[in-house]
Amino acid sequence: MLPASRYSSQAHRCIRALQTRQTEHAVPQLYTALQRRACSSLSVPRITTHYTIHSRDKDPRWEGIEMERFADEADVVIVGGGPAGLSAAIRLKQLANEHEKELRVCLVEKASQIGAHTLSGACLEPSALNELFPDWKERGAPLNTEVTEDVFSILTEKHRIPVPMLPGLPMQNHGNYIVRLGNFVRWLGEQAEELGVELYPGYAASEVLFHEDGSVKGIATNDVGIAKDGSPKDVFERGMELHAKVTLFGEGCHGHLAKQLYKQFNLRENCEPQTYAIGLKELWMIDEKKWRPGRVEHSVGWPLNRNTYGGSFLYHLNEGEPLVALGFVIGLDYSNPYLSPFREFQRWKHHPFVAPTLEGGNRIAYGARALNEGGFQSIPKLTFPGGLLIGCSPGFMNVPKIKGTHTAMKSGMLAAEAIFPQVVAEELDSETAGLHIPEYAENLKNSWVWKELRAVRNIRPSFHNYFGLYGGMVYTGIFYWILRGKEPWTLKHCGTDADQLKPAKDCTPIDYPKPDGKISFDLLSSVALSGTNHEGDQPAHLTLRDDGVPVARNLGIYDGPEQRFCPAGVYEYVPLETGDGMRLQINAQNCVHCKTCDIKDPSQNINWVVPEGGGGPAYNGM
Amino acid sequence: FQVGLLVSVKRFFLFLFEIRVKPDKSGVVTDGVKHSMNPFCEIAVEEAVKLKEKKLIKEVVAVSCGPQQAQETIRTALAMGADRGIHVQVAGKDYENLGPLQVSKIMAALAKKEEAQLVILGKQAIDDDCNQTGQMTAALLDWPQGTFASEVSFEGDKLKVVREIDGGLETITINTPAVVTADLRLNTPRYATLPNIMKAKKKKIAIMKPEDLGVDITSRVEVLRVDEPPQREAGVKVETVQDLVGKLKDSGLV
Repeated sequence: MLPASRYSSQAHRCIRALQTRQTEHAVPQLYTALQRRACSSLSVPRITTHYTIHSRDKDPRWEGIEMERFADEADVVIVGGGPAGLSAAIRLKQLANEHEKELRVCLVEKASQIGAHTLSGACLEPSALNELFPDWKERGAPLNTEVTEDVFSILTEKHRIPVPMLPGLPMQNHGNYIVRLGNFVRWLGEQAEELGVELYPGYAASEVLFHEDGSVKGIATNDVGIAKDGSPKDVFERGMELHAKVTLFGEGCHGHLAKQLYKQFNLRENCEPQTYAIGLKELWMIDEKKWRPGRVEHSVGWPLNRNTYGGSFLYHLNEGEPLVALGFVIGLDYSNPYLSPFREFQRWKHHPFVAPTLEGGNRIAYGARALNEGGFQSIPKLTFPGGLLIGCSPGFMNVPKIKGTHTAMKSGMLAAEAIFPQVVAEELDSETAGLHIPEYAENLKNSWVWKELRAVRNIRPSFHNYFGLYGGMVYTGIFYWILRGKEPWTLKHCGTDADQLKPAKDCTPIDYPKPDGKISFDLLSSVALSGTNHEGDQPAHLTLRDDGVPVARNLGIYDGPEQRFCPAGVYEYVPLETGDGMRLQINAQNCVHCKTCDIKDPSQNINWVVPEGGGGPAYNGM
Repeated sequence: FQVGLLVSVKRFFLFLFEIRVKPDKSGVVTDGVKHSMNPFCEIAVEEAVKLKEKKLIKEVVAVSCGPQQAQETIRTALAMGADRGIHVQVAGKDYENLGPLQVSKIMAALAKKEEAQLVILGKQAIDDDCNQTGQMTAALLDWPQGTFASEVSFEGDKLKVVREIDGGLETITINTPAVVTADLRLNTPRYATLPNIMKAKKKKIAIMKPEDLGVDITSRVEVLRVDEPPQREAGVKVETVQDLVGKLKDSGLV
């Protein structure tokens, strides 16, 4: 924060004004380059202004702006304040206190408060928590609802086929707790702070820093005060650099820094590409007479056809008020570009088995997030010089159980245990400036996480057969329930989710019913309930590598699937002001940080980067 | 011009959030809802820090009244540039009943104790929209006030304040010591950047109770009930002007 830069930014605004002629000349050149690439005679309106696409080095508006960053050193830096990141931080501090060593652990989180970007069903398996805090009950962990009833159904349009929840089936929830994961994460944050972890919510890690030898040096937080058109505002401030001996990346499913690290260190060369699903969730305050605390309901089938993976959950919480958490998960390997996950969710709520629970109730929250479905086959290389990956970022979700919190926490704890001896060692014994800790991956392979994921590895891929859902259930019944996943083969996934879309002309549009305003709702009123907001005057954080591709390819071939799969209404194709043709409008302020667009864009043109810290949804105990 | 300055900051729900009334209608649900500094208070802090950067003010002290979490709000003010903080502890039922009169009594007592020459507040808080604390503080101290300020400057040892009023802008000159309340267009608050948050952890926050200042915070106001606004009814479309007049007459409005 240097006053000199503020004055010079004022002065440079004047210079910029004088230089406009120069800039105007520069811009048409960009347009023609795009036109050539897009092979279209229509001029492409400029959509993306973010500096990750349009570098600031050559941008005359940034001349003379002070770009140096304040840097600080910690022993360990953790990116992401979710179950994995917080468990790692807590475990590190527990070890430090045990061994009476000083350890500076800094954790950065893009949400304005810990837990505000956390969204999950969720039925928590307390295994990892029991290891982290054996006395969690005394400490007041918000695990208030033990599962009392477990119900599984296959739904048809009007009816329901009950499926017995035999012990040993992955979906069985005996011994688990229904939690509001946001509240649980907030509690973990409080425990971490008590132990001395430095938590910095509201600051997003936007850049990975490297030493000269290529190892990871740490991260830099986001710059603030950039205007929507990419120019610096008066309040522009550079982000801060946090250097560490080792950096843990726990960004959750499809993290944007992890995406860069995969490329940088070639971490995915020996694993399958990750596959995903989108989960949408609502919280409802229902009529007391309908409330059955501890009841867990899952369903598959309607409204999805047998070849689209997905299903629903409905959990009755027991926290003093008649609250239910319900939601819908759809595999992102669906092929029909006309499918709208949000509208499938709204439609499902009208089923005769579900609607009675919700009648007379009030919806109080909404949100969405992508989740991992790749499982065992998609786990990448986990360590690299200077850092490692934890939690849903590499992806340890047990897909048939639809639980990933316990494995994420365990991975964070194992990471902490692996790095602790090296980080407090008097002499750093390392080839690279950033520590490389392959012991973490070794420990993980020897832990229950690995065994658990290996046992269920073939269940999700078994859905890729002619009978779809039913084939998968039969496979699960035989090979998991009876044989416990010991079959010697490992089934493969079908490739990336983005490649699975069929062109629009080969598919039929789906006729969704209109929302009735009592049980089902429209998209925009739902987005309002997520509490999401971003500083309006900043470049859109949904960046396009090529501004011409959306209309040319996504709209032209696939009828613009992003307007349907985004659960927040960020993408809209609107007619051009000139009348002929369409353009893509990105309503970045609506974004709920679910990452689905980055995953499912058939052209892989959308690159989600982190917006100014503090922006995004404001989930309260989701 | 060496002057000490008190700036008052209040912590409440982030705006544009869906507020729910508590089932017993005694208030709104506050558990777990995202809180942050009142936007007008941010502008007040920014103005205070700007005056300090211009070397017109010696020291900026940020004050907040409330439970433990009020310290987070003070830390944000410290990260923006305040020098030290004062946290007046008020918790539980007392906090729910804490209104402008009580806060202004506390502010007045603190202003005297700290020998401040200038007290800046946000013009109103976005939870109760009372727009009373600044004015009451000035009255209790018998100091001049410049409210709804959209511009503040020193002229010698007097304060020139441009106020936003219904008819336009009013410029007044007031003596110091004075109370100023900040309106929207006074400035654009700076970001509290991470290095400043880290530095703010080292700045001091003094903790005290209202009793230490000799202030009685019993409320003179009792909240009887809180209700949600009535659901907006659907409109009725009419075909002709005659229909419209007919409907207005039927409902007794004309």
